[in-house]
Amino acid sequence: MEQTPSTGRRTFLHELVLGAVAVAAAGPIVLLSSSRSRAAADLPKANGKEYAFVVDVSKCIGCGYCVDACAIENNVPKESIRTWVERYIATDEGVHVDAIDKAGERPDPPPTQIRQNAKWEAFIPKLCNHCENAPCVQVCPVGATFTAPGGFVLVDPEHCIGCGYCIQACPYGVRFFNQETRIADKCTWCYHRVAKGLEPACVTVCPTQARQFGDRNDPADPVGKIYKSDNWQTLKPEMHSDSRVLYLGLPREVI
Amino acid sequence: MLPQGALNNYYFPNNVHIDWSLMIVLYPFITGLVAGAFVVSALYHVFKVKEFETFARFALVASFCFGLFAALPLMFHLGQPLRAFNIFFTPHTTSAMSIFGFVYSSYMILVMVELWLVYRKYFIEKAQSTRGIQRLIWKVLTLGVTQTSPGSLRLDHGLIALLAGIGIPWAFVLHGYVGFIFGSVKANAWWASPLMPIIFLMSAIVSGIAVLMLMYTFIRWRSGRPYDFAAMRRLMDYLWGLFILDVTFETLEIVYMFYEHGHHWAVVGPLLQGKMFGSYVIGQMLAFSGLPLLLLGYVVLFDVPNRRFLKIANFAALCIVLQVLLMRFNVVIGGQMISKSDRGYVDFHFEWFAREGVIPALIILAAPFVTYWVLSRFLPIFDDDTISLSNKGRQ
Repeated sequence: MEQTPSTGRRTFLHELVLGAVAVAAAGPIVLLSSSRSRAAADLPKANGKEYAFVVDVSKCIGCGYCVDACAIENNVPKESIRTWVERYIATDEGVHVDAIDKAGERPDPPPTQIRQNAKWEAFIPKLCNHCENAPCVQVCPVGATFTAPGGFVLVDPEHCIGCGYCIQACPYGVRFFNQETRIADKCTWCYHRVAKGLEPACVTVCPTQARQFGDRNDPADPVGKIYKSDNWQTLKPEMHSDSRVLYLGLPREVI
Repeated sequence: MLPQGALNNYYFPNNVHIDWSLMIVLYPFITGLVAGAFVVSALYHVFKVKEFETFARFALVASFCFGLFAALPLMFHLGQPLRAFNIFFTPHTTSAMSIFGFVYSSYMILVMVELWLVYRKYFIEKAQSTRGIQRLIWKVLTLGVTQTSPGSLRLDHGLIALLAGIGIPWAFVLHGYVGFIFGSVKANAWWASPLMPIIFLMSAIVSGIAVLMLMYTFIRWRSGRPYDFAAMRRLMDYLWGLFILDVTFETLEIVYMFYEHGHHWAVVGPLLQGKMFGSYVIGQMLAFSGLPLLLLGYVVLFDVPNRRFLKIANFAALCIVLQVLLMRFNVVIGGQMISKSDRGYVDFHFEWFAREGVIPALIILAAPFVTYWVLSRFLPIFDDDTISLSNKGRQ
């Protein structure tokens, strides 16, 4: 073939290498200047507080006010839920479980036969465990889910890409994909209220104090006393996620 | 049948909806085809499997076509697709998913550079022999490098082999990594297994080989050109051997889980005997694994006449493609059928026209083949293509 005026490979490679170096140099600058951790940095400091949430199973009467209050306070879409209350009925044949899992609605009564054979019955409130070793925080590919000062596990609505990996990684099924905001959503322990010195909505409305919220490091705080007593359980301890929701009197059958 | 002594099917309220739907089934499927097709190309360039000369360029172009659409299902799935690039800009490196963008894009760059080296000379020829807008396009494709001395072509060959060599482990990383994304989720008993990456990798390779076989047969049949039976038979040797390994690992995973009889089997056992009996036990493991294993064994071990070989081998290849597609479905959807309540299972409902429905999934699945068809109008892929490279010693 006839040789035409040509650009040499050497020139090309030279330019290619220069371009690659420029891109490689720009990369860390972009990463460093990224706003990934901006959300966490902007949040107020917790002043040494380490929050925990206590659920006293023996006190819960299954009224479901907490479910309603949470949904209203946090504009939770109708098809999802941030906190729910399970009803466990244990019989010799096995365990029947249903739940108050829709705001403003209550489940049908359990079948008569199950109720007649009941050995015990209990209500188990469920919510985000705000794990210290949170699988959702670990797996978020963009750092949109993070642990805020005080122990709150939060989702940064500005950065979540809505991939749903955190929903899969949560062992407790507390996360959901919010169809309205198109991002991952879950209980925040009403961070917006706590930041103003208020309690989470579900704690406020609980008529029996089955739900309590406070500083686990404060010996004067009822939650701090319970935490110190070391007489509490967590859900799925085999997940080693170090839950900050402490259950009192949790039956062994509860998952 | 319900796990953990459950009297009723109880699932957590947020588990009702299966979040990772058909798009997440497609994502590992297409990524697998990318990796599998590339391996065939590399077998020729790196491991000098001479029979695969027929497939080397074809496999590379096919891998590129699949690669172009590997990330598209993810874009369809993301709640915030406009933020997709955050995964590049703010990667959270504790997440297995965070380096996906880097692994995927670096792999695509590698494939594109290799393709460019393979077709560089052709681009230059076209840039010199065409006029107007066509000439401009071909000229852009040359990237301004117009040198085609014998020395530079020799260097091209060396670079192609080098890139193919780097590409093999990189293709393995790309797909083993997809398996790791699932296998490392401890919250999901059906996913959490260190075997997951190797299962994904093996199934990726076999699906890539099988789909190449189907494409090759179809292309040759449509254009009425002869088949390279020596190459096809060699390809089936590889397919059979690798599929045996693939099925062995898939079986090992389930046998281990069963024998261990721990927490995983407590929730997986009833799932496989119930909601997933059809798609897993009958579909994935019996029909679409058993049949191709037997049929490929037959065509590999016995001297089967060409016409019969063509029919049986292609039927087996189709079964393997469906097996891998079912395997992706069973992993992705099956895992989410198990509620985190460990006392209940949820149903999966196919949607048709939704963003993650069957129709968009079929369109995405068809896109690489359409792209291949378009590229084959402009690029010589087989030696006897009507548009051909003028120099035979290009690879």
